[in-house]
Amino acid sequence: MIVLLLRRLSSLLLTLLAVSALIFIVMDVLPGDPAAIMLGTSASPDTLAALRHELGLDQPLIIRYALWLGGVVKGDLGNSYTYGVPVAGLIAERLAVTLPLALFAIVLSVAIAIPLGVASAARRNSAVDYAAAFVSQLFIAVPGFWVGLLLVLVFSVSLGWMPSGGFPGWHSGFGPSLGALLLPAIALALPQAGVLTRVTRSAVLEVLNDDFVRTARAKGLPRRAALWCHAVPNALVPVVTILGLQFTFLIAGAVLVENVFNLPGLGRLAFQALTQRDIIVMQDVVLFFAALVIIMNFIVDLSYLYLDPRLRGRSR
Amino acid sequence: MSSAIKTVEQPAMRRTSLFLRRPNLIIGGAIIAILVIIAFVSLFWTPMPPGKMQIIHKLKPPLAQGLLGTDHFGRDVLSMLMAGAWNSLSIATVAVAFGASLGTLLGVTAAALRGVFEAVAMRANDVIFAFPPILSAMMLGALLGTGRFTAIIAIAVFMVPVFSRVTVSAASQVWARDYVLAARGAGKGGVLITVEHILPNIANQIIVQVTIQLGLAILTEAGLSFLGLGMAPPAPTWGRMLADAQTYLATAPWLAILPGLAIALTVFGFNMLGDGLRDLLDPREKGRT
Repeated sequence: MIVLLLRRLSSLLLTLLAVSALIFIVMDVLPGDPAAIMLGTSASPDTLAALRHELGLDQPLIIRYALWLGGVVKGDLGNSYTYGVPVAGLIAERLAVTLPLALFAIVLSVAIAIPLGVASAARRNSAVDYAAAFVSQLFIAVPGFWVGLLLVLVFSVSLGWMPSGGFPGWHSGFGPSLGALLLPAIALALPQAGVLTRVTRSAVLEVLNDDFVRTARAKGLPRRAALWCHAVPNALVPVVTILGLQFTFLIAGAVLVENVFNLPGLGRLAFQALTQRDIIVMQDVVLFFAALVIIMNFIVDLSYLYLDPRLRGRSR
Repeated sequence: MSSAIKTVEQPAMRRTSLFLRRPNLIIGGAIIAILVIIAFVSLFWTPMPPGKMQIIHKLKPPLAQGLLGTDHFGRDVLSMLMAGAWNSLSIATVAVAFGASLGTLLGVTAAALRGVFEAVAMRANDVIFAFPPILSAMMLGALLGTGRFTAIIAIAVFMVPVFSRVTVSAASQVWARDYVLAARGAGKGGVLITVEHILPNIANQIIVQVTIQLGLAILTEAGLSFLGLGMAPPAPTWGRMLADAQTYLATAPWLAILPGLAIALTVFGFNMLGDGLRDLLDPREKGRT
């Protein structure tokens, strides 16, 4: 078990290292001199050279990579070229919006998908099943940012119940902040819910045919109890897998949805950094997102071991 | 297992009724066929030239000016949607074609060589897979500039790990079959076995995956052009039409509804078609998502 954990952990670190190197190399080839961007067009060559030296831009690629990575490990992500503040602080500030948004969306999607998927598996080929299949296909097909636009159209523009965007900040209270995240979270959750519903349905269907469910029914357990106490918990492994794998799409969706609702989150930060050619911010945010995806997949891998004890003995 | 046997036993004569019993295939196929026709037609004819501005007719609702109204420059929405269909479908198709070819090549090679090559290829996949296409497009957009090419590359790069994962597991299963062993015994090399035995046997799974990934590519392209990372204006794209519509939500809601419907319908069509094809071509996977 410990050997297994250590092996997974070392492969995780290796992947992270490769990701960071890839990001650094790609961003290094980018056109645009950060020093020139900071100083503007009127700067003299001498000032430019001095700033380049100060930022360490005149050093060889490998040294700059080592310095950047060393900083990242210590939690020093460098200073933003445009904002002039530490990037670590910027990310932390924006994460306070994106992380609750993502969690909110995950909770919503699970709350929609599990009941819908289980109901449709329990009443296979019924009207409920077909309706759920149609709804989930619909959810998968609609782009989250379009759902966001429609929600703004209905709840903000027409009904005036909700703000059309922006974020009051957590200091202004839990209620208003959560309210500002509600529509974006729905927009983000629906496509995820569509995928999860289908996975839940097929996972429960597979388990329902297993011997232990038949045994539970034969023992005299009511259908509902056999379903929720025996079938559903055993069907959760693939659901959790997809939840983890969908994380990549959740992040991509967050970038878009944050732009629809003008939320000051990480996705908007990355977008702003792109338009302002703030390479260090771009580099750090992309690394952060990629690391998040990799760590999420790692956690999914580990959760197998928790959810399915049979896997613990095996070392893949 | 039983469904696999059943499908094999059905005589070819019953093909027609087989198709009728697959509404997914019919509905999905019809939607995509119509969209493809519209996309091709838009190359030769649209009600108005899609880029033609008529400021005096700006923000007219559907039927008041043209079938689907006009945008803030007085451009005909139907014509823009038609041209957008070509832009979306062509970008998605080229991107998936690139990603599927490269990913399949990587997958069958890894399954044939195994060992270090497979390990390195799969690790590389993990690395690439950690970059959502939107983020790669942002990085590439800063590097190469935004446009059709950047969108295609960003989507294709993300498709490579998807296809190589599918093919490596499917191909490995075929490699374990007796007839492959027999082919090896007959002295056939890895390349020949891959071409003669592996690829024909995993083709169905690849076709199904291509269809489903086309839907995903359409969604991604829409997202990219929504952020301004897709094709450069004035080329109409569904994503940018939505981005432009944000400003006029209160006065011209149809501008925000129609392009989104077009995107959703296309993705829906590809997903239905993919589901139908999976049931038809890959009975082992029946009932799975």
